[in-house]
Amino acid sequence: MNASNLTPHLPALRRGKPYESLEKNEIVDYSTGAVVATVSQVNAGVLKKDLKNIGDARAALRKFSVAELIEISSKAGELFLNGTLPLGDKGHTQSADQYVATLAGTSGLPHVMVRRNMDKIHHALTNMQTVLNGLTRGLPLEVIDRGYGEQSGAAVSYYPTTQALGLVMPSNSPAVNSLWLPAIALKTPVIIKPGREEPWTPFRLIQAFIAAGAPAEAFGFYPTDHEGAGEVMRICGRALIFGDANTVAQYRDNAKFSVHGPGFSKILIGNDCVDNWEQYIDLMVSSISDNGGRSCINASAVVVPRHGKAIADALAKRLGPMRPQRPDSPDARLSGFANPKMAEYVDVAIEEGLKTSGATDMTEKYRGGARREVFEGGTYLRSTIVHCESFDHPLANREFLCPYASVVEVPEAEMLDKIGPSLVVTAITESDEFRSRLLDSALIERLNLGPISTMKISWDQPHEGNMFEFLYRRRSIERA
Amino acid sequence: MSTTTPEAAQDQLDAHLREIIKWHFSDETGSPFWLNWAAKAGWDPRKEIQTTADLKKFPHFEDEWLRDLQPEVWVPKAFAGRPFNIFETGGTTGMPKQRIGWDDYKVDYSEFSEKISDEHFPRNHYWLMMGPTGPRRLRLAIEHLANVRGSACYFIDLDPRWVKRLISNKHFDQAKAYMEHVVDQAATILKHRKVSGLFTTPKLLEALAERVDIWDAGIRGVFCGGTTMLPQYVRFIVEEVLENRIGFYPTYGNTLMGLAASVPLTPEDQYSITYYAPQPRAILRVVDPSDTSKTVEYDAWGRVELTTLTREFFMPRFLERDEAIRRRPRNQYSWDGVAEVRPFGAMEKKIVEGVY
Repeated sequence: MNASNLTPHLPALRRGKPYESLEKNEIVDYSTGAVVATVSQVNAGVLKKDLKNIGDARAALRKFSVAELIEISSKAGELFLNGTLPLGDKGHTQSADQYVATLAGTSGLPHVMVRRNMDKIHHALTNMQTVLNGLTRGLPLEVIDRGYGEQSGAAVSYYPTTQALGLVMPSNSPAVNSLWLPAIALKTPVIIKPGREEPWTPFRLIQAFIAAGAPAEAFGFYPTDHEGAGEVMRICGRALIFGDANTVAQYRDNAKFSVHGPGFSKILIGNDCVDNWEQYIDLMVSSISDNGGRSCINASAVVVPRHGKAIADALAKRLGPMRPQRPDSPDARLSGFANPKMAEYVDVAIEEGLKTSGATDMTEKYRGGARREVFEGGTYLRSTIVHCESFDHPLANREFLCPYASVVEVPEAEMLDKIGPSLVVTAITESDEFRSRLLDSALIERLNLGPISTMKISWDQPHEGNMFEFLYRRRSIERA
Repeated sequence: MSTTTPEAAQDQLDAHLREIIKWHFSDETGSPFWLNWAAKAGWDPRKEIQTTADLKKFPHFEDEWLRDLQPEVWVPKAFAGRPFNIFETGGTTGMPKQRIGWDDYKVDYSEFSEKISDEHFPRNHYWLMMGPTGPRRLRLAIEHLANVRGSACYFIDLDPRWVKRLISNKHFDQAKAYMEHVVDQAATILKHRKVSGLFTTPKLLEALAERVDIWDAGIRGVFCGGTTMLPQYVRFIVEEVLENRIGFYPTYGNTLMGLAASVPLTPEDQYSITYYAPQPRAILRVVDPSDTSKTVEYDAWGRVELTTLTREFFMPRFLERDEAIRRRPRNQYSWDGVAEVRPFGAMEKKIVEGVY
């Protein structure tokens, strides 16, 4: 084995077949800078060429029934969580513990958070029957196998909207891979462009599916550049994209795309409950800081009719002292930055925002140091709670890749006029009138009524769109 | 296999250099620009420039001279009265660089004809050029190349200035539509006419191959140029676009230099293309960007410096907007080559190359 073979190499997977490119990216440990793997990069033309024959990949999945693919998904879930699976094309393998350590080392996510993400993925895979039941609203799954059947006594027929599901994945949160998992059971091949720093999770999931009996040709793994990502979006009949507001803006309002940008998730407390705010502090802390504060479902604003300053101070007191820990510490709560420049950018953006009057960094006095901190070679951003005097302040409705939230006082009657599009809203209120307005709001994608963390996910309910309705469309059918 | 030693090639180059310097800096044959320049410089290049090492006595040629000055200042006295061609570089907005010429392009492309095979570019047949025609030297050069081989050439224009503008303004849909318009025309020609040789840019080639089976359409050889071609991309073109059965001839060149041909790829090359200047008419050096008097080591990256040495045009030490790897002499080329050419600073900043 020569020196280059000592480092794992992740090839592109072209309809399941490994392809070693002459162009490779190095994936480095975020704290030591050591190269832990190389990843083959392909040009957009490769994608275009492969997708011409994507019908073959779909045909490979169609040989299985949905029930069989659910069984395969379940096995894949166990293998993903516990198995030792191939890692690349140079004879390396990866145990579950190695996956945790490697992903933690390159993403900055502490082990405890990686394991939590693994559990979410495992849960989605091993409960695929329930997930599909929720997404299809109880459709007998044979209908998908046959293309037609009956549901609640009515004739139904569904046809696929695409030959493949395109996925432009992020680097910041492995659990988002859960979103595409139903596609395999729904007989739809996946074309994945992994995040630059996070090839691990999609690659391991693909290996788990293949080891569980799924046809390899159903999986495309294409590390590629911006142009290649554009081709994934353009060529696949349906595609998911994750990215910042600028990246996803061009794909909004098009039924072909499911767009996952910043969530701007929020906690709203009504007039009737806000005087008891102290009992909800744990919920607020976990909603803001779980998963390192990096998810679109992390709360990034707490909106209350009064007690804003006191709530902000209480949150700051809890979150401000939180320090970076070693990634394998069970107490680690902050994520390191694979790209230290990103940490610098976020830090500067918050400081710039604070220059506009009407906002106070409530965490500053509890932090005992700078927001940006280097710990054992890794760069971290410490939690930041900003009290804003108005929702119009530039920091009131922002989302950053760290535990960050604003606390803003807004009269309950005006809250829904102010909050803007919000992926998750946890509304703490018993008021029927307020609940009714919340249920009517088109701004809220996922609504938690009562003290439920914004981080709670139920995969059998839609998350930014229903995957079944995205991949299948109902048609009218008459049979003689 | 070298046809001559590097030392002999250097002697030949130095002799050619002295002849060209004498030509451009003599009252009987030189151009107004260089005679005027020498008068102001206060030294006589005919005496002081004996070898290519002496070229460092010249400052870097300034491209503004080709934008700001009228074309007649470049006419060598010996060519006075002969109408000339005015060729322009790619350009973006504003005044483009212009170079005048008479027969240089014919010399360059007649020589290049000896480097392409009859198998890939059958003689007495038809060619198609799909790429920047307009005011570019390439337009006449390709036609001359086809003619030299007894062939005729169809032309489909692509205006790279417009494409760059569309991309810079983020009008990606329009850029795509324009590219489709260009490719549509090529597909139509291939459908209705017999064509065996194709000149185009890599991106257009890729787009054409998505529309047409170019082997079935009769194409046997592709001559490509005009943009960055990194090894993986070259491999993709060779293996998947041309399917290892259509000849591929990547070139590096521009209006100011002429044409640098590439050596045939071997497995050891790993699809890294090396180009060799048409020495002695042009010299390519890969220089240290922070001290351009120094040539970088072999297999190291540096900025490309071009010196053009013909009786029609003298251009010393022009710093191209490209960077490349310096390569050793190889095959029939007894001088340095440049490999993996890409826009200067490509690793640090985003460069608009568009459909090139």
